[in-house]
Amino acid sequence: MIENWAPSDMPICCAVGCAREVGAQLVSLGVNRYILAYDDEGSLRRKVPKMAYTVKGETGDWEVVVGLEVHAQISSQSKLFSGASARFGAEPNENVSLVDAAMPGMLPVLNAECVKQGVRTGLALNSKVNKRSVFARKNYFYADLPQGYQISQYEEPIIGEGEIEIDLEGGETKNIGIERLHLEQDAGKSLHDQSPTKSFIDLNRSGVALMEIVSKPDMRSPDEAAAYVSKLRSILRYIGSCDGNMAEGSMRADVNVSVRKPGEPFGTRAELKNINSIRFVRQAVEIEAKRQIKLIEGGGTVDQETRLFDPNKGETRSMRSKEDAHDYRYFPDPDLLPLELNDAYIEDCKATLPELPDAKKHRFIDDYGLSPYDASVLVAERETAHFYEKAAKASGDPKAAANWISVELFGRLNKSGVALVDSPISAEQIGALIGLIKDGTISGKIAKDVFDEMFQSSKDPGAIVEEKGLKQITDTGAIEAIVDTLIAENQKQVAAYRDGKTGLLGWFVGQVMKQTQGKANPGVVNQLLRSKLDT
Amino acid sequence: MSDSNELLSLTLAEARDRLNAREITSVELTDAYIDAMERRSELNAYITPTPEKARDMAKASDARRAEGDAGAMEGLPIGMKDLFCTEGVQSTAGSHILEGFTPTYESTVSGNLWNAGAVMLGKTNMDEFAMGSSNLTSYYGNVQNPFMAASGGNQPLVPGGSSGGSASAVSGRLAIAATGTDTGGSIRQPAAFTGIVGFKPTYGRCSRWGIVAFASSLDQAGPMTRDVRDSAIMLGAMAGFDPKDSTSVETAVPDYEAALTGDIRGMRIGVPKEYRVDGAPAEIDGLWKQGVDWLKDAGAKIVDISLPHTKYALPTYYIVAPAEASSNLARYDGVRFGLRVDGKDLNDMYAHTRAEGFGEEVQRRVLVGTYVLSAGYYDAYYLKAQRIRTLIARDFQEAWGSCDLILTPTAPSAAFGFEDKADDPIAMYLNDVFTVPASLAGLPAISVPAGLDKDGLPLGLQLIGPAFGEETVLRAAGVLETAADFKATPQLAA
Repeated sequence: MIENWAPSDMPICCAVGCAREVGAQLVSLGVNRYILAYDDEGSLRRKVPKMAYTVKGETGDWEVVVGLEVHAQISSQSKLFSGASARFGAEPNENVSLVDAAMPGMLPVLNAECVKQGVRTGLALNSKVNKRSVFARKNYFYADLPQGYQISQYEEPIIGEGEIEIDLEGGETKNIGIERLHLEQDAGKSLHDQSPTKSFIDLNRSGVALMEIVSKPDMRSPDEAAAYVSKLRSILRYIGSCDGNMAEGSMRADVNVSVRKPGEPFGTRAELKNINSIRFVRQAVEIEAKRQIKLIEGGGTVDQETRLFDPNKGETRSMRSKEDAHDYRYFPDPDLLPLELNDAYIEDCKATLPELPDAKKHRFIDDYGLSPYDASVLVAERETAHFYEKAAKASGDPKAAANWISVELFGRLNKSGVALVDSPISAEQIGALIGLIKDGTISGKIAKDVFDEMFQSSKDPGAIVEEKGLKQITDTGAIEAIVDTLIAENQKQVAAYRDGKTGLLGWFVGQVMKQTQGKANPGVVNQLLRSKLDT
Repeated sequence: MSDSNELLSLTLAEARDRLNAREITSVELTDAYIDAMERRSELNAYITPTPEKARDMAKASDARRAEGDAGAMEGLPIGMKDLFCTEGVQSTAGSHILEGFTPTYESTVSGNLWNAGAVMLGKTNMDEFAMGSSNLTSYYGNVQNPFMAASGGNQPLVPGGSSGGSASAVSGRLAIAATGTDTGGSIRQPAAFTGIVGFKPTYGRCSRWGIVAFASSLDQAGPMTRDVRDSAIMLGAMAGFDPKDSTSVETAVPDYEAALTGDIRGMRIGVPKEYRVDGAPAEIDGLWKQGVDWLKDAGAKIVDISLPHTKYALPTYYIVAPAEASSNLARYDGVRFGLRVDGKDLNDMYAHTRAEGFGEEVQRRVLVGTYVLSAGYYDAYYLKAQRIRTLIARDFQEAWGSCDLILTPTAPSAAFGFEDKADDPIAMYLNDVFTVPASLAGLPAISVPAGLDKDGLPLGLQLIGPAFGEETVLRAAGVLETAADFKATPQLAA
């Protein structure tokens, strides 16, 4: 039994107004959660102790083993072996060349841009670039596969082994091995719902360049699988080799799931095909693991097969078993020469890479003092990281900038469904707002009101403070007068306080704040009240 | 104005010179051939004659010439093997499955020829998908060799294959020249059977773009002509780098005709002992010895060489070529073009279409190819064949250390009757025994008509050269041709 771990299960933010809670062991229905501890600033620091994700079955705890094959469409103008446009959303069969339709005598010519993006991606995944790779034909018949084979890479892919770091809840990281990355053609699309008696074929996707990125079976939980896809997507988007748009099918995952008792060899895996969201990756792993455990504990065995994940029904179903698996008859494509790359080419590709998410994350931790979690959230998208750095520089307080962006700004953006690029508040304005708090112009509480106003009007925080007269009262004399009046008018409370009900201090503070519409400097108010009540 | 017979007897070079001298026009020449094609239609050399197109092209050519704009093949009427896709003209590859298929594009090689001024007489017959050594596998009927055996009664003979229609047309004077394609001997063997010159250039010399693929790593276009000079001229017009074919080689096309100096003094000619096969007619061996003497007399040095892996070439070829073909022919599935025979579902439609659309020999090779690529058999067949192919190429590589060219017979026999080998695919495959090794190694090889057998049927000798050694091959072929002085005219010539 597995329960979703929604972010709301436990506050893990460290932003303004964050609850300071000590993490509790969350063990629900046989699932061991990570045990989290917060430091006294509200940041997650470490897991104590780390416990593996397991699923409790009738015969004990089971471990889940996950490996992924992610298909990522290369962001190129034209297809992998033809000059036809690779654009999404065209009219059916609008982007089809003679090569894509596999007309007699047509020959593939490799698109250099796709090779470049494949190599850049390999480098960004810290993986080995193979100087020699070979395109092979994967032979099978289907109506939307015009050649009767897919040109792919088989024994000699362009990218070999490597590893990437994934970010887990609480700022933990784990390294996941990359097995390989290879380039291949996409197939066309069969449309079965256009006519009661006929199927239609759309070849726009036929020949579009894909990277198939194969992980090692290193993931051990639904969250790890989801975090892997997130990180992969983040890296691809950083370097621009794939737009990562899972809804449009630019990125989709085949998820291999098996279960075993801890310490035992890998179990037989089932492959869940074409999963097109990170949430579904997580769900699919959970559901498939449960199915396999139930099956094995009921005396059955897991078949090595391809299965379909149905998110509506919350189940996986067999698509085809090993018996009717294709014999793809791979062999080197005689129309294409082996692809040979030299060091200079690889270096050139490397030189085009931007700072990657992990490097940025570590820099944010080291230079800005951010928690690993905050850093990982802020670097996930290149645009976000850029926005953050601008705000951090403008504010002079990188940690405060992180809080304002990841909690206040993201919260409002999410709620109103606005993307960061369309944010009504600029990075500079966030910097300015933090500046106003730091120099005592406004309190943190007022700042939130100002932020709301900024989100509505896009006005500069200084202008809002000015217009609305929100400047903090730090004039001790003015506050003292209010305090004196308050004490004089509330002798009963004063007596109770002096009798030991010191908790009433909060009431006094509240009254002062009420009278100043929150503009009184809370520190000054506290200090004055104490000095007058305690004497 | 010349009489039709005289026009038909001109070689391509002679016709070119007469055209250049304004003694004849392309329209006259083309009309003579159109007439000949009609008179000798029983040879079945053409699947699709294109007389109207030919006349239009001839007129346009004469107009260009009048403007002083004449290409290397200007006004010369040729046959185009039906494996080349030709824009607006049915291109069948000899198969029922492509019946009625009219490309919207022009193959690079045919386009090069039209750009050089050539005139298309029609699409020539061929073995289905270029699979065959007899032209008996064409869906569009057998092609007859214009030569008849002296002792054979009136039994029709095969022209060889797969470029049998082109060979018959050039030999029978139904085209001044024709294109062929050669995968394992499909230019050279029919050239030998019909007494013409057939030249398969180095793999990568001519673009494969727009040629219906049989076995991609072996297919190569080349000229089929009356003599060696014609071959040099036509190859020059066909060859060239093509960015649309990744296996085409980016190297300049030399002036092949200029290579025909007639001087081969000091050239080293290798004679491989492995090409002596048991059971081959004595005439073949005799002609080979004669060829050696001719070249020796012309000043060449004869070197005995060994190509030790030759005996594995034929089985290697009959694994590699079907393997590639099984994949290349997968696109003929009834979905997008060509024949479709409906069925109850998609798989059923595939099965019906391919069963009806492909002939027996094509089905045999698709099955063999599918088998040798299958899981569990790949290593034993395909992979092993690829390794042997490397060894065969290495044999040649080592031979070039001691010789400049290699002389062998082209085929183990002269042309045979329609019924002779029809039921025995292995006997049929043996036709390629001398031509397949050069194909596997990607080397240029030419067949030159060198003599007649006891029945008066043509026999050819083959010269194999190193990669991109076309000029050397042509030079020696010219010397061989001069010495052999082959003059036989086929009985069924127009």
